[in-house]
Amino acid sequence: MSYSNKVIDHYNNPRNVGSLDKNDKEVGTGVVGAPECGDVMKLQLKISGGVIEDARFKTFGCGSAIASSSLATEWVKGKTLDEAFQIKNTEIVNELNLPPVKIHCSVLAEDAIKAAIADYKKKNE
Amino acid sequence: MKLPIFMDYHSTTPVDPRVLEVMLPYFSEKFGNAASRNHSFGWEAEKAVTLSREQIARLINCDPKEIIFTSGATESDNLALKGVAEMYRQKGNHIITAVTEHKAILDTAKRLEKEGAEVTYLPVDKDGLIHPDEVEAAITDKTILISIMLANNEIGVIQPIAEIGRIAKEKGVLFHCDATQGVGKVPVDVQAMGIDLMSFSAHKIYGPKGIGGLYVRKKNPRVRLAAMMDGGGHERGMRSGTLNVPGIVGLGMACEICEKEMETETKRLNEMRLKLQRHILKELDEVYINGHPEKRLAQNLNISFAYVEGESLLMGLNEIALSSGSACTTATLEPSYVLRALGIGSDLAHSSLRFGIGRFNTDEEIDYVGKRVVETVKRLRDMSPLYEMAKEGIDLKSVQWTQH
Repeated sequence: MSYSNKVIDHYNNPRNVGSLDKNDKEVGTGVVGAPECGDVMKLQLKISGGVIEDARFKTFGCGSAIASSSLATEWVKGKTLDEAFQIKNTEIVNELNLPPVKIHCSVLAEDAIKAAIADYKKKNE
Repeated sequence: MKLPIFMDYHSTTPVDPRVLEVMLPYFSEKFGNAASRNHSFGWEAEKAVTLSREQIARLINCDPKEIIFTSGATESDNLALKGVAEMYRQKGNHIITAVTEHKAILDTAKRLEKEGAEVTYLPVDKDGLIHPDEVEAAITDKTILISIMLANNEIGVIQPIAEIGRIAKEKGVLFHCDATQGVGKVPVDVQAMGIDLMSFSAHKIYGPKGIGGLYVRKKNPRVRLAAMMDGGGHERGMRSGTLNVPGIVGLGMACEICEKEMETETKRLNEMRLKLQRHILKELDEVYINGHPEKRLAQNLNISFAYVEGESLLMGLNEIALSSGSACTTATLEPSYVLRALGIGSDLAHSSLRFGIGRFNTDEEIDYVGKRVVETVKRLRDMSPLYEMAKEGIDLKSVQWTQH
């Protein structure tokens, strides 16, 4: 498997790796994927006044999965929940030049954003 | 020490300079066709081919005339299975093999099933071993062939070939052994092991690609094969086609070197493997060795690193040539069927690395690889949500994952 330079860059220098306090009311956590499938993403968003102030991820998966989640944390920061909800996996595919066999990595990243937002909304109903 | 480091010797090997040296004249000045009976160019080529047969025969304890040259082990496996299935059709249609065999066997067996053969795929235990009593129990009055590999290409596990050979003899069933990963690395004696047909390949033992062989027993019993390739009737009519003389010369020399150096080389590589294994086990928790700990090739180490994914590991180790059982390295997105057959969960199969240590690896390289593997696994575990959850005491098996 040959990787695009952007995937290699995110793999070597992942942005925003880590965890936020999942019990914090301002933190939404999304965990998607399954170990048996070879990829699990955890994405956390810290939201204040409807805007994503901070984002963290941890990913078990191939280089493309790590890069997709790293990129997602960069993109969501500073966005409103509605804006973040609009991020499409195809934008991630294009940005990272993912080959067809790796498209599921970008789908997972999109799902992780949506899952984290849903978790936040549920907490703050 | 030069980078990149090659530690994937199960996939292929470089040609040993001593092998290359004896091959070279056969490309140019000694270019004759070994089948040309009426001039010195042909005689010279035939003589070289005869010497190669003798070198191979010494390594596996057979008669030189029992060697059929092919393009490699895949062709040998195809010829053995298809050739026996066709030739012995009157006697029966049942073949016994195992789930951890190489695809050259499994896909050939599947093809034969489509054409009416019955195939039993024996399971293996958690160490990857076949139990000979299960082979015996699978034999029916329709069984014409048992095909079991000597050493596994992924986990290096060595099967109890002599015991299976004894059962085959008792029951009067032909026994084929795919010895591609074993020949030249462990002692092989087709008489003592009761092998009737055996596949092997040059490029796994420091010979060139594109040449291999099939041992076909000539007496007790005399094995007959339907040819797959029709033509000039070369190789006792079992495999037509002009002989690849330079390749054959290289294969012979590769076998001779293995025969002479096997003992010292095995000892050296075994120590190197154990050193690598000790280092990894000392520095990392939750790592699992795949395959039987002792009944395996000295050259093979297959390890699962829980909570990190194999392809991302390889990406972090991109100056080292290794392979992984991770699905992500294949087009099918299925993790290694060999590891799955051992009862290893998909999660750990995705997390495996295969180290294939070989003739040209050095102690310094082993130290370097050990250090880099440990550091990369640690880095990836730091960004693994699974490692974090496990450390928090969450049972990953109890989590409701979202399948995709």
